[in-house]
Amino acid sequence: MKKIGVVVFPGSNCDHDLYYVIKHELKKDVEFVWHKESNLADYAAVFLPGGFSYGDYLRGGAIARFSPVMNEVIRFANSGKPVMGICNGFQVLCEAGLLPGALLKNDTLEFVCQHVNVRVTSPDSIFTRACKDGQVLNVPIAHGEGNYFANTEQLHELEEHDQIVFQYATVEGQVSPDANPNGSRLNVAGICNKNRNVLGMMPHPERAASPLLESMDGRVIFESLLAC
Amino acid sequence: MENYQARVLVRLKNGILDPGGKAIAHALDSLDFSEIDDVKTGKIIEFSIKSKNESEASARIERACEQLLANTVIEEYSFDISRIEAD
Repeated sequence: MKKIGVVVFPGSNCDHDLYYVIKHELKKDVEFVWHKESNLADYAAVFLPGGFSYGDYLRGGAIARFSPVMNEVIRFANSGKPVMGICNGFQVLCEAGLLPGALLKNDTLEFVCQHVNVRVTSPDSIFTRACKDGQVLNVPIAHGEGNYFANTEQLHELEEHDQIVFQYATVEGQVSPDANPNGSRLNVAGICNKNRNVLGMMPHPERAASPLLESMDGRVIFESLLAC
Repeated sequence: MENYQARVLVRLKNGILDPGGKAIAHALDSLDFSEIDDVKTGKIIEFSIKSKNESEASARIERACEQLLANTVIEEYSFDISRIEAD
């Protein structure tokens, strides 16, 4: 397998966590990709990490979306190669138009930092193919703007094409308003594009993929994507 | 070339929850401003712009709004411009 790329924007702060998990837990070749880079030919998959790219000025991900590397990320995604955005990376993917919708301020107005349960609503993706349908993952979230919004028409379309990959749920896997930490419509925690090669998610699987940490449930996502 | 001053107002579209506005409304209510309702927040972005004329400046500002200053999935924008007289 070719190398995995972890994009580094000014203000990214989960890039090292991703690098660590891919290199030391999954034992795969991984490299940082500086945001000024314009060639992704060496990579099999690209991650957009969490953080506060460009200070999140204007809107989360709005300025990172115009980083030089993003033209190449868009080309990479449109050629069918896997792109995964976590937290701020999810916001960047929405701003870039690679995923529908937008991330609003949490309805509680608070920055929320805690472990949550997310249900694998669609195991039919390269990111979740090692998961069982309906499997519940205990993974952390840490965001102030993770309230997923799409208009009703877009939500229908997401459901129709099985693009809702993760939903906030109870520990039993029930998608209920009580299990929704930020006001996301339909409890959306992660979605993919129609081609199923671009995934954005607010929870941090890279913070739950090492035996040193509270949960190992995030690891299955990396195993799904990097299995070969 | 003329120099114009622009003021862009970006706010959430109607029907999209504005938790900041809601919090301010609650605070106003607790300060006995119960007659104030429907509080909405937004942001103002000001800049100067050089252009041949006002309509060209407007077209450029609109493009900047669509591309970057507003996310039209969730936000709407409006702007006004005025000519800056040379000293």
